[in-house]
Amino acid sequence: MDLLAQQLINGLFIGSVYGLFAVGYTLVFGVLDILNLAHAAVFTLGGLLALWLVETAGLSLWLAFPASVLACGVLGLILDRVAFAPLRQRADSNFSGLISSIAMAIIFESAALGLFGARTVRFPAHTVSVHIWRWGGISITSLQVEIVAVALLLMVGLTQFLNRARAGKAIRAVAENDRTARLLGIHVDGIIAFTFFISSALGGAAGILFGLYFDSLSPDMGRSIELKGLAVIILGGMGSIPGAIIGGLAFGLSEVLTVAITGTSNLRDAVAFTVLFAVLILRPSGIFGRRKMREA
Amino acid sequence: MRSNHCRSGVLATLFLAFILLSGQLCTGAAAAVLEAKIGLALSMTGGAAAYGATQKQGAQLAVDEINAATGAAGIKVVPVFEDDASQPQQGITVFNKFINGDKVALIIGPTLSNTAQVTDRIAQQAGMPVLAVSNTAKGITEIGDYIFRDSLTEMIVIPYTMKIAREKLGVHKVAVFYGNDDAFTKGGYDAFKKALADAHIEIVTEQTFAKGDRDFSPQLTQIKGKNPDAIVVSALVEEASGIVIQARQLGIPASIPIIGGNGFNSPALLANAGEAAEGVMMGAAWNASSILPLNKKFVEAFTAKYGHPPDQFAAQAYAGVYLACEAVKRAGSATDHKAIRKAMSEIKDLDTVLGKFSFTPERDADHTPVVQVVKGGKFAVFGE
Repeated sequence: MDLLAQQLINGLFIGSVYGLFAVGYTLVFGVLDILNLAHAAVFTLGGLLALWLVETAGLSLWLAFPASVLACGVLGLILDRVAFAPLRQRADSNFSGLISSIAMAIIFESAALGLFGARTVRFPAHTVSVHIWRWGGISITSLQVEIVAVALLLMVGLTQFLNRARAGKAIRAVAENDRTARLLGIHVDGIIAFTFFISSALGGAAGILFGLYFDSLSPDMGRSIELKGLAVIILGGMGSIPGAIIGGLAFGLSEVLTVAITGTSNLRDAVAFTVLFAVLILRPSGIFGRRKMREA
Repeated sequence: MRSNHCRSGVLATLFLAFILLSGQLCTGAAAAVLEAKIGLALSMTGGAAAYGATQKQGAQLAVDEINAATGAAGIKVVPVFEDDASQPQQGITVFNKFINGDKVALIIGPTLSNTAQVTDRIAQQAGMPVLAVSNTAKGITEIGDYIFRDSLTEMIVIPYTMKIAREKLGVHKVAVFYGNDDAFTKGGYDAFKKALADAHIEIVTEQTFAKGDRDFSPQLTQIKGKNPDAIVVSALVEEASGIVIQARQLGIPASIPIIGGNGFNSPALLANAGEAAEGVMMGAAWNASSILPLNKKFVEAFTAKYGHPPDQFAAQAYAGVYLACEAVKRAGSATDHKAIRKAMSEIKDLDTVLGKFSFTPERDADHTPVVQVVKGGKFAVFGE
């Protein structure tokens, strides 16, 4: 029983990081119908930047975290300006945007490689004080709790923002129909740029949390999460925020349970993607996806 | 049989003084001195450059010591260092130069097993003795009877580690955790599995991970549920660090030791895992804190000369030069490769920094390994 509980906690934890990563991913898709394949590179840069701020600039993590998240937001703005905005008027902007985002991903990854080197790097010891709680056979670290809390906070905050705030409603309006939104006096380009800012900031935050927990960052760490993030948003329903959260948790749990049952990590991705495949056959639009209707 | 020529005059001041005099010696009474040209093919560039650099330092120190002690009838070593660039192609060029150009007495190196697989065949065909000082892969000494090595393989280190674990720690049932998609970690696993069977230690569960994994908590949670006496891990240092940290975070107590293979034997483990690494055990060919008198002198001299302590690669290269020197001395010739090969194969219980050293009939290294344990952020010798 303890064993199962511990595994569920393991899955919940990694799932919440997947969820946070996927929320940013799906947000851009919901608004623009474009997959931003540079999202994983922003994720990587977020983690490495926070590490640099802590290690070299000597900031405390409590300052480095928001600073790095903001920097990733700015990366999102650059991404929008450079990779997406110039192509927006083209008829095939979905496809060409996808390609140019791959180019940006390569640029970002190379930048990470040039700036931080190819080595696996780590946060200095005692960046965050880790306390371990134990109940019977279950153990949870304070870091895990903090990470899940931060991830949930950001995800709930985003949902509330989209539902309540004026800018959030504007994002949803643009997602629904950008032409109508423009007619209603919404500054569409500004809203799109803002969406990229939020999306990349969340991606960067996920990168920091991922790096903190596993305490191992490298310029290629985004690759391990890139495909999973994509699978998570397909599973949850493209463009759906709650879908991405639930999808992330489900994906994390399926991974952990697969490894626990088989005793090897080789089947982990196979089972996760088989589940994805099955869901797509049963519900082609994903768990929370709705046909012909997008929500952000 | 002891080789006093090869061992005395270790203090740094002594050979520093000698370096000043050596110019005179060369021009002076060099006639009575046997001059042994030794080719050293070490990786100065490429992927293994970090290892090659420390090997060269270890070898150079040994050469300096031997030459400083050269008496009227002693041996003077003339080292020929060449860079194999961590590549088999470059290794071939270097070996051909040693064999046909420099006409060396014997070759030490190359740094990587991969390179050795190719170059050692050339040496075997040419009847040139080779002493590997860092190759641990299978099938190196099998190339032929001219190929020797002083680097202990996992097949000797791991059984010894498990024997000590059973005798000293009462380990009777273990969990095995290894990377199953990498030749090195899989090879370590095979060695562990055989050693565990031989030591009659039960395996309660086997878990695997893949290259690049960062999350080991599901497997470790399963392992924890089986209550093993110890966890045996075959992993490279990055994964090893993650495993050690996450095991302790999941509440696997320090009373359950983690026993690793050669991949754990790296300062990176200490830097990465910090306090979580305390109590981690691993076998190794050599440990800097070993209290052998010869070793203490070596560590002091090396640190004095280079400003940093030696590692295992430096120690094995250092011992390699002494072994080569001993073989040439016993053969009484620096050009008769057949005699040198024979003399090398007859080396038995020679005092080296690695301990009492012999070659097995298969020309592999045979000396007592050390079992190390991480204590106070350092690799200490277990039980000392």
